[in-house]
Amino acid sequence: MTAVFKVLFPGAFTTIQDKGRFGYQAFGVPVSGSLDFYAHRVANLLVGNSLDTAALELTVLGPKLEAMAPCCIALTGGDLQPFLNQLPMPQWVTVKVKKGDVLFFKGVKTGCRAYLAVEGGFDVPEVMGSRSTYPKGGIGGINGGPITAGDILRKGKSERDCGKTFPEDLIPSYPRERICHVISGPQAHFFGNIEDFYNTPYEVTSKADRMGYRLKGIPLVFREGAPASIISEAIVPGAIQIPADGQPIVLMVEQTVGGYAKVGVITTPDRWRLAQLRPGDKVSFKPVSVLEAQKQLRDTLAELEKLKVLLMRK
Amino acid sequence: MQCPLFQPLGDRGFLITLATKIDEEGFQKVRKTRQVLTHPPVEGIIEIIPGYVTVFIFYDPMLLSFQQLADIVEERLIDTQAVHLAPPRKVVIPVVYGGDFGPDLPFVAAHNHLSPEEVVAIHSAGRYPVYMLGFTPGFPYLGGLAEKIQVPRLETPRTHVPAGAVGIANNQTGIYPVASPGGWRLIGRTPLKLFNPGGSSPFFIHPGDWVTFRAITASEYERIRKTAL
Repeated sequence: MTAVFKVLFPGAFTTIQDKGRFGYQAFGVPVSGSLDFYAHRVANLLVGNSLDTAALELTVLGPKLEAMAPCCIALTGGDLQPFLNQLPMPQWVTVKVKKGDVLFFKGVKTGCRAYLAVEGGFDVPEVMGSRSTYPKGGIGGINGGPITAGDILRKGKSERDCGKTFPEDLIPSYPRERICHVISGPQAHFFGNIEDFYNTPYEVTSKADRMGYRLKGIPLVFREGAPASIISEAIVPGAIQIPADGQPIVLMVEQTVGGYAKVGVITTPDRWRLAQLRPGDKVSFKPVSVLEAQKQLRDTLAELEKLKVLLMRK
Repeated sequence: MQCPLFQPLGDRGFLITLATKIDEEGFQKVRKTRQVLTHPPVEGIIEIIPGYVTVFIFYDPMLLSFQQLADIVEERLIDTQAVHLAPPRKVVIPVVYGGDFGPDLPFVAAHNHLSPEEVVAIHSAGRYPVYMLGFTPGFPYLGGLAEKIQVPRLETPRTHVPAGAVGIANNQTGIYPVASPGGWRLIGRTPLKLFNPGGSSPFFIHPGDWVTFRAITASEYERIRKTAL
């Protein structure tokens, strides 16, 4: 366990995340994990890690980190304007840092979240099978919360060589308007103006975090006789809850039960993309069947497996 | 609504609705359904999460499609009638009622035209089924609260409710396992650690358990708290 970075400034909200904590949702422990799983996984591949290794999730304003040992890193996801010492640092490639190098960020340019992977992965104790930070439960990451100034980040044992470049044509773009595909939810029939939901864009409000994204647009209207809430039941990441004011809330990864009606659920790959939107950005919804959505998800995961083969070979 | 009802909840979720109202019959149906889906395990099912009237399956769509899972669930549910359930676990929660431990006890009493002692007697005489856990790790949603001691939620939730706080909101009672904001009226506090993430058994209360509360003194609270650490 080598100390690799000293945190000089923590950034707006920087947490250690892996693929998430599974097996405890029945006990009220949400999955957590990286919000943009695609970017997270590519960052790991670039430094020779397994797909699900723990990385740093950076939000809007990145941290300032001083390298304590030479190591390979890779940065993916949104462009938060990374600098290594005085020069802009490239993303989607492996970068070798030396002891004393300082990595910092000048602020968000595209997207909302970036992922910093280090060869060997960020090493913190596993809690209930995962290193993912879940601040509300005080578990995972460093002391159960986001990184703070003065923290020392350590890395695990490197698995493979690094020194790779991600194919440029596969680098995703991070537009400020997105279409998200939605599988109709159990209470979709509660609403009288479902066509408004699918035909008009919604704006991401300032209340958008790892718990949920609150949106603003044409409110959904409850049909006469439809209850304003339901008997609480399990929810999933991507579920779109509609509270009494009719404005959608997309749940992300830190909630296991809910008592609001669900108009639908965003498909998994589109939820990863949604997590790159920030306040003021726009999202539109498009219906999709569960059959088609599962096909798309299988295709996306198969694509990642192909990338794994491609990047591991080099 | 025709029960059981099967619905997708996204590309990885399968929701089974077993009843339309909260009661002990539904509680048993949920327990039995979990049992038939767990034994023997179904390949591709990652987690099973009980609700008041639902059982939710979180599954891997790389291994199972929605329709394949629907067929499996339908077949397994045929066995629910015959399934023999092990007796539920009984969990006793020691609680100091009132004072600084339960600042809203006087309100709960006044609201229901009872003395604080009567509220404590009624609350600690009840037995409460654990329908599900959620909100925060280990937070139990308990049924069975006596009508005589029900109160509405706080109009403005507290920003900090300490771990161990026991509260009432409408027809529910529950325990806050970790410090969090919360809108329930607080009547007492338990010294037990309901969520112990480093332990071999991180949760004191499981879905499907029966909970009872036992009134203790402040000195007993201190003694139990020290041994629980």
